Amino acid sequence: MEVSEKAIRTGISGKGFNPERIKEDFPILRREINGYRLVYLDNAATTQKPAVVVDAIRHYYEHTNANVHRGLHTLAEEATAAFESTRDRIVPFINAAKREEIIYTRGTTEAINLVAYTWGKQNIRSGNRIVITQMEHHANLIPWIMLAKETGAELTYIPIDEKGYLDLRDIENIIDSRTILVALTHMSNVLGTINPVAEIAQLAHRRGARILVDGAQAVPHMPVDVRAIDADFYAFSGHKMLGPTGIGILYGKEEILNETNPFNFGGEMISTVHWDRVTWNELPWKFEAGTPNIEGAVALGAALDYLGKIGMENVRAHEKEITAYALKRLSELDHIKIFGPHDIDYRGGAVAFVDRDVHSHDVATFLDTRGVAVRAGHHCAQPLARLLGVTSTTRASFYIYNTNDDVDRLIEALKAMRKYFRHE
Amino acid sequence: MSDKLDNLYRDILMDHYKFPRGNKPLPMANLENEGHNPSCGDDIVMRFKLDGDKIEDVSVDCMGCAISVASGSMLAEIVKGKSVEEVLKIAKVVKAMLKGEDISTETNGMDLGDLEALRGVNKFPVRIKCALLSWTTMMDALKSKLNDNNITNSTTEQ
Repeated sequence: MEVSEKAIRTGISGKGFNPERIKEDFPILRREINGYRLVYLDNAATTQKPAVVVDAIRHYYEHTNANVHRGLHTLAEEATAAFESTRDRIVPFINAAKREEIIYTRGTTEAINLVAYTWGKQNIRSGNRIVITQMEHHANLIPWIMLAKETGAELTYIPIDEKGYLDLRDIENIIDSRTILVALTHMSNVLGTINPVAEIAQLAHRRGARILVDGAQAVPHMPVDVRAIDADFYAFSGHKMLGPTGIGILYGKEEILNETNPFNFGGEMISTVHWDRVTWNELPWKFEAGTPNIEGAVALGAALDYLGKIGMENVRAHEKEITAYALKRLSELDHIKIFGPHDIDYRGGAVAFVDRDVHSHDVATFLDTRGVAVRAGHHCAQPLARLLGVTSTTRASFYIYNTNDDVDRLIEALKAMRKYFRHE
Repeated sequence: MSDKLDNLYRDILMDHYKFPRGNKPLPMANLENEGHNPSCGDDIVMRFKLDGDKIEDVSVDCMGCAISVASGSMLAEIVKGKSVEEVLKIAKVVKAMLKGEDISTETNGMDLGDLEALRGVNKFPVRIKCALLSWTTMMDALKSKLNDNNITNSTTEQ
């Protein structure tokens, strides 16, 4: 653990950020794939884990393992403290007001479903409007399609323009007085677009609506301030920010969560139970029925510490740099078409593209044989792909350990791919 | 180039991908079916000109990856002029081969020709459904004809 901490320190000293040194903290990045050093460019799907995060899981099970909250022995107290301390670290990380507002979930998908099943069913009625956007991931699309069907509410989409930004020209009419909820992504997992969520929240609140922000692609990559956005709900996942899978966060404003019914019923979420009635536990545990993902929370804490040492401003600055370089290099290939904005101030490091002639699955398979891991498909946003006029795209997405050399490897592999599949 | 990749994209397969057979209009067609793999985005339209039990001609229009296009092209080449019974037998063999099953008994005396090139797909589990799309779409069409059922669009995704 000490070695890794030293590496972090040296990684961020001097010029402020050294991805080559950060790379050393990630054992998996030393792997060779098909005879090439792995270039991992599938970070929008999940990021790799530094040794400190893996160590935290191991340390938890070798030293601390117990069930949380009700135990009266040493291990139970330590496990509870470790589990709850990550919650305390999330609070400043997203600038929430208090720990009661931080609910552990399995991930972004469960967090959004939690809101749809509880607050959504309580508050959305026939004739109401739910507003989402055309660039939503299925996780922030299907829950609202289903809720609209069930309640008779109307589901309305904020369109996107040809550059991949939200088209806000008609926003005053789209978010109208019938609107109860606006749910949108902070950063698109396909286009990379960073949306003006604070401005949209302001309009939503003026109409008396609530706003839910899907932050799965934002929290790992830039500083996020839920209070500056004035988000009512904000969801994100641990595994896209160096943490393990199966742990995520729902942030909700305390007064809203207090008025919201529980999601799952069972242990932990209750205060008193009688044969015929129960009272709910306090926040945040009201929404955390059953034994939670304790090691996930503990390891997420280690991931937060790691990112905290680097600094989210530095993460964002690095990704702007590498994304700009990737956009420049990809633009040099005339057989490649890039989707999403080119202005790096308004986009993140998920870059989707297509080859004019070669199917994205062939592209991804070929790149893998060169050790370059990318994603190909519709990226869980089928309606968006249809809107873009493609069935699938290839996506390269960057993180703290990626370098311009990695981008060069991608470009070389794309050139070789082109040759292999006939065209040059 | 790695052996693994060349095993998937064999020269024969690449030739079918670059110059797909059967990609032509077939105005006299009397049987048609479409196949879609929504998660891949692969779409195929197949038309058959049947004369009784015989497949006189076939057209295959496939929008998809190299594997699905090449597999459809090989299909077009091999089924033309054969009986429905023969073709269903070949399709069964292709399916078994893609799943990595031993097909030595079924293929006894059968010339698989270019179809042998599909063997390598077995090493790429997520691509098996790509190679299967044209075969499943054809089988669904022919079976519906035999049983006099309506055809619903085919898929090789769950």
